[in-house]
Amino acid sequence: RNVSINQSINQTNTPKMSTTSQKSPLLFLIVGRNEPLYEVEFDATTNPAPSDSVTRQNYFVLHSALDLVDLESWTNPGMYLKVVDNVNHQMVSVFLTASHVKFMLLHSGKNEDMVRNYFTEVYELYVKLSMNPFYKFDTAITSKLFDTRVRAVGRRYLS
Amino acid sequence: MSRAGAGSVLDRPLGRVRGTETQVSLSAFAYLYSELVQYHQSRVASISELERRLESSGYGVGFKVLELLAYRSRESKRETRIMSILQFISSSVWKSLFGKAADSLERSIDHADEFMIIDYEPLTSTFLSVPSDLGQFSADAYISGIIAGVLEGAGFTARVTA
Repeated sequence: RNVSINQSINQTNTPKMSTTSQKSPLLFLIVGRNEPLYEVEFDATTNPAPSDSVTRQNYFVLHSALDLVDLESWTNPGMYLKVVDNVNHQMVSVFLTASHVKFMLLHSGKNEDMVRNYFTEVYELYVKLSMNPFYKFDTAITSKLFDTRVRAVGRRYLS
Repeated sequence: MSRAGAGSVLDRPLGRVRGTETQVSLSAFAYLYSELVQYHQSRVASISELERRLESSGYGVGFKVLELLAYRSRESKRETRIMSILQFISSSVWKSLFGKAADSLERSIDHADEFMIIDYEPLTSTFLSVPSDLGQFSADAYISGIIAGVLEGAGFTARVTA
């Protein structure tokens, strides 16, 4: 059910994150039952694309938090799970919808209120998307309009 | 997909706005549903296959209903207990789909993990008559598909029969 992570990945290449940019890039993922359905990266810096190891590590951190999310999802009856994991000064916040679709955000933990508002807006967009009778639950989200809207919301709340 | 953004699914309001609630006529639903049943009936060879198809038609509806109702209730809470999700189904889901709450929710005496949601006049079979050669067929498989979808969505695997 969960993505199985190869635990032998070494964490020695970590500290590069804090030196490259002032605001670390934010990664937003919508995860269904077995796999990510949608992803977008909010990069607040004007630097050229972050190095490969940084991007891969972002995904790794988010996916490794999935187990924690599953644990929380049965003990916490709320939707907004706040910070689920804390790795290298980066925090993973999760919003869980009624049908266990996980909105995961990797961020630097500066403004929690904005994160919460961001999740609420994306939640509304997601529910509207799922009202489309041609959108099958737990499939990849390919709608360009959805993508545009999420990016606009992200720009408004996260940078 | 969108004509200059007008009328796109992502633009329309999601909550119930008084005065703009769309009402679907009962006869429209009855006709549409009977067409659905006939469509599947012409493509299957057995009753159980027909019931299975109706169930899978309702399955997708279940997920969407779950998300929509959870959003509309504005509570930011998910159901994590069996009894609460069953009560949610027999009241909220029934009200939004059929206009009234289910007649009752009972726990079976024989099996500890079996529950019954009782509705005396289910919408799907009120206007259908089952000929004798189809025997045990129940057109409410569609509703059981919806319930199964809601339960599956909330994370409870279940087997639902009408």
